[in-house]
Amino acid sequence: MAVLLLAEIAGGALALDATAKAVTAAKSLGDVTVLVAGPAAAGQAASQIDGVAKVVVADDAAYANGLAEPVADLVVSLAGNYEHIVAPSTASAKNILPRVAALLDVMVLSDVTAVVDGSTFERPIYAGNAMQTVKSNDSKKVLTVRTTAFDAAGQGGSGAVEAIAAAGNAGLSEWVEDKVAASDRPELTSAKIVVSGGRGVGSEENFAIIEALADKLGAAVGASRAAVDSGFAPNDWQVGQTGKVVAPELYIAVGISGAIQHLAGMKDSKVIVAINKDEEAPIFQVADYGLVADLFEAVPDLTKALKE
Amino acid sequence: MKIIAPIKRLIDHNVKVRVKADGSGVDLANVKMSMNPFDEIAVEEAIRLKEAGKADEVVVVSIGVKQAQETLRTALAMGADRAILVVAADDVHQDIEPLAVAKILKAVIDAEAPGLVIAGKQAIDNDMNATGQMLAALLGWGQATYASEVGIEGDHAVVTREVDGGLQTIKVKLPAIVTADLRLNEPRYASLPNIMKAKKKPLDEKTAADYGVDVTPRLEIVKTAEPAARSAGEMVGSVDELVSKLKEKGIV
Ligand SMILES: Cc1cc2nc3c(=O)[nH]c(=O)nc-3n(C[C@H](O)[C@H](O)[C@H](O)COP(=O)(O)OP(=O)(O)OC[C@H]3O[C@@H](n4cnc5c(N)ncnc54)[C@H](O)[C@@H]3O)c2cc1C
Ligand SMILES: Cc1cc2nc3c(=O)[nH]c(=O)nc-3n(C[C@H](O)[C@H](O)[C@H](O)COP(=O)(O)OP(=O)(O)OC[C@H]3O[C@@H](n4cnc5c(N)ncnc54)[C@H](O)[C@@H]3O)c2cc1C
Repeated sequence: MAVLLLAEIAGGALALDATAKAVTAAKSLGDVTVLVAGPAAAGQAASQIDGVAKVVVADDAAYANGLAEPVADLVVSLAGNYEHIVAPSTASAKNILPRVAALLDVMVLSDVTAVVDGSTFERPIYAGNAMQTVKSNDSKKVLTVRTTAFDAAGQGGSGAVEAIAAAGNAGLSEWVEDKVAASDRPELTSAKIVVSGGRGVGSEENFAIIEALADKLGAAVGASRAAVDSGFAPNDWQVGQTGKVVAPELYIAVGISGAIQHLAGMKDSKVIVAINKDEEAPIFQVADYGLVADLFEAVPDLTKALKE
Repeated sequence: MKIIAPIKRLIDHNVKVRVKADGSGVDLANVKMSMNPFDEIAVEEAIRLKEAGKADEVVVVSIGVKQAQETLRTALAMGADRAILVVAADDVHQDIEPLAVAKILKAVIDAEAPGLVIAGKQAIDNDMNATGQMLAALLGWGQATYASEVGIEGDHAVVTREVDGGLQTIKVKLPAIVTADLRLNEPRYASLPNIMKAKKKPLDEKTAADYGVDVTPRLEIVKTAEPAARSAGEMVGSVDELVSKLKEKGIV
């Protein structure tokens, strides 16, 4: 049985962490061939992931911006040889794989958190308030895997790398621009520590105290939907059911009430710290350490205390 | 141009979900049902495009149980012109998979010939985030998912998308599928007079069989379980106590 794994490409390079986590999930299903719709260097990097049997690289201008239509056509052109088509649950793969599945006339399984066997998978529904085990009766299984549920495969692979032809571009859509904020901070979904701010932070300027604590800890910065909707933080910081799912060693929630939609994105964190002035806030029900305090005092104090 | 917005009736986002004791699914009997929040955003966007003169008709479509009528009436009260209900299940617990939903929507679209379809990015019950992409594939149309801004320019839509690293803007040829993300707009509330008016707007009722679509699920639910519970830890009295606890654990 063979698995085709769509590598995650970000900014023209392999997104190693997300891809290596998907490799761990895919390995249990069969021999893994990684498809890189991108530059040869990304293919080389993918071949070094432990457990990768082979890498195929389609380097073509059509794939430069990850547009769903041409990438889906490429995946479908290769699908004949594989029983499973897998990708990490990133915004990009979640845009592409359902399109692939429909073109193959099969269902897609989004956000798989465990592989039971070759056709049975576990996935969260209702913002993680229920876990469903589903069995696919389709001839091919198309799935995205939640990266927080799998450890990254290590290095040391030596899969063969083969260049393949592109599969054309129907030109249904066209890239205009990306607005990606450059940041020295670790990436939100793979960071060891995440400090998130909510509506309680009050303004974009005030978010600086959240960022100062994050930088002290070498952490990524997250936000609740309310903070993003209010313009305190950019959209790609949103953690939750409809934002990013994170599971760091330490998650510090500041001025966040703990709505189920937010918890859906962080409740698998190892240690959760909550700082909130309302002792009744539901976030305290999932926190390992709760501190009832005004964040404008507690957060700068915490940043300072950590300096010593 | 005609715009179609597919809308899903599902458990209200404020309701605490309960897994049924026999593990067969989530209990949906006697719970409050509403329109999927992302679909409210999609309907709002369609109405705004009409108000801006970019569209002349907004048609809402729902696939599911008969009670989805209420959800369609809500969309009509917001300002949609016409509704189509495709009855494909007679028990709320019988959910229709995105692939089947997409096939029915394709049949509706073949008949209606809209210039644009705006769906929600994901339904908050099954969180699949799939239907719009599947529909685009079946139609052979372009797709612009996770939209936070939609503009119509001639025979293209210019769409800003919320992606992992920030924002991406793309141009898609019309007709196309757009899926709405949270920050596309803030949906309006329907006023009482509009709720009354909506009762008189046309609502066509069809069945999946009318479109010749087989809704047999491809996925079989083996079991549904409660997630592992997380228990509350301890309250600390001060920042210093917090720091020493975290140091004890070796995480800072
Ligand atoms: C379809 C849908 C999808 C959603 N998706 C997401 C999602 O992905 N992610 C997400 O986060 N939310 C999501 N939400 C929104 C969610 O329901 C909540 O509205 C949101 O998480 C609330 O954000 P918050 O906790 O920052 O704000 P609030 O609930 O307003 O909480 C603010 C908290 O700050 C505290 N506070 C205020 N001032 C201070 C102070 N000076 N010091 C200390 N504490 C203070 C208050 O006590 C309060 O607990 C979604 C909702 C819907 C309907
Ligand atoms: C209680 C329960 C029982 C289930 N039983 C089964 C079962 O027996 N067999 C099985 O295989 N699966 C079953 N499922 C799973 C289910 O069929 C699919 O996983 C589900 O439909 C996933 O898609 P989604 O609703 O998350 O759609 P998404 O792809 O997340 O929805 C995106 C958008 O598509 C549009 N859309 C989606 N659905 C509709 C609709 N019905 N009408 C109009 N527009 C729509 C909306 O615009 C929506 O915002 C069950 C699920 C539940 C909760």
